[in-house]
Amino acid sequence: MSLFSKENGAVFMGPLNLNNPIAVQVLGICSALAVTSQLKPAIVMGLSVTVITAFSNVIISLIRKTIPNRIRIIVQLVVVAALVTIVSNILKAYVYDVSVQLSVYVGLIITNCILMGRLEAFAMQNGPWESFLDGIGNGLGYAVVLVIVGLIREILGFGTLLDFQIIPDSAYVENGGLYLNNGMMTMPAMALIIVACVIWAHRAYNKDLES
Amino acid sequence: MAKLNTNSNAYTIIYASVLVIIVAFLLAFVASALKPTQDANVELDKKSQILAALNIRGVEDVAAKYAEVVKSDPIYGADASQGPKAQTGGFAVATKEITPDNRPLYIAEVDGETKVVVPVKGAGLWGGLWGYIAVNADGETVYGTYFSHESETAGLGARIAEQWFQDSFKGKKIFANGSDEIALSVVKKGKEGNLAPENYVDGVTGATLTSNGVNDMIKDCLGLYKDILSINK
Repeated sequence: MSLFSKENGAVFMGPLNLNNPIAVQVLGICSALAVTSQLKPAIVMGLSVTVITAFSNVIISLIRKTIPNRIRIIVQLVVVAALVTIVSNILKAYVYDVSVQLSVYVGLIITNCILMGRLEAFAMQNGPWESFLDGIGNGLGYAVVLVIVGLIREILGFGTLLDFQIIPDSAYVENGGLYLNNGMMTMPAMALIIVACVIWAHRAYNKDLES
Repeated sequence: MAKLNTNSNAYTIIYASVLVIIVAFLLAFVASALKPTQDANVELDKKSQILAALNIRGVEDVAAKYAEVVKSDPIYGADASQGPKAQTGGFAVATKEITPDNRPLYIAEVDGETKVVVPVKGAGLWGGLWGYIAVNADGETVYGTYFSHESETAGLGARIAEQWFQDSFKGKKIFANGSDEIALSVVKKGKEGNLAPENYVDGVTGATLTSNGVNDMIKDCLGLYKDILSINK
């Protein structure tokens, strides 16, 4: 089987669209609510989850034949926890301000259901390369939704995008305009509503997902 | 070679031990390799907070600006009249380690004027609050402030970390006219009582408990530094 066969393409593309972890499997919602009030933490969180899912998938896939069946979940957890700790340390060392914003949610990647789900459902049965693709696909599928939610929340909640002012200053009420930032958008509850809208749009487009 | 029985107890225990030891070494290595960079970041962050209290925000090279602006960081003991017990080293004292006989502060010079930056700490609704208050050489006029928080409600209490709130302290007086009690307060609109306009700022709407936390933090921590501030009064 070649590296970029049709099957592998499906493994990679599935989670980006028809099998999206957030929109279809509704996994990993908690962190999607917490880190998406601005775009930058959403991007960093999405990338962190992608890297961790991909590498934990590869590692588990490589050692899958040696793992004692009775402690396989614990082994998976140890591998994920180790990777999360490394990523969290790297973020603290190189993008300190983002790591402050993400606060506990980097550590909570350990409990992200997407990771454990992929390890148990995919990496335990498949080779390293397929597992890597599956991890990247699922991570990016998660990241895409996070970025959409972060984009909407930052524009409407702060009037900025990646800290650049998008809505002109003159449009604001305090400068004589008619516009006010929507404070609701900065609250986690709005993330839930936007995620729901994303799922709605996604299902409206993919009719066969409706059960 | 006979196939290994991956379900035997001995195998399971050895497997778990070896895995944990490998992971432990890996994490210890990563943590110690990145520690210096992380510590530098924390230090830089603290410097940029102190600069923010001095109304110097968004500078590119925080370390250079800090070195230029902040002249010394003495530590005062229990008796301020004896002068500082150490001329430098205040920066290394974490805000939570401040006690009546271990009081660091920062002497800065902005546009040729001396400013004193006092670290403050307190508790908000959900978690800790901290900040820095820069005071003019007269020992009572606020030059600028910086506040931050651990986990106040986004959009409400968290707004104490925004510049408009911090700027509302500019020019306020710490002491009521002629008294040596800390008068500077954060109050709900309409609840000023008999406070003079130069002694209070409006709290954040919808975040009364966080605003009260800032109010108590100012009272407690400036109270702790009262004698040092009064020296120059």
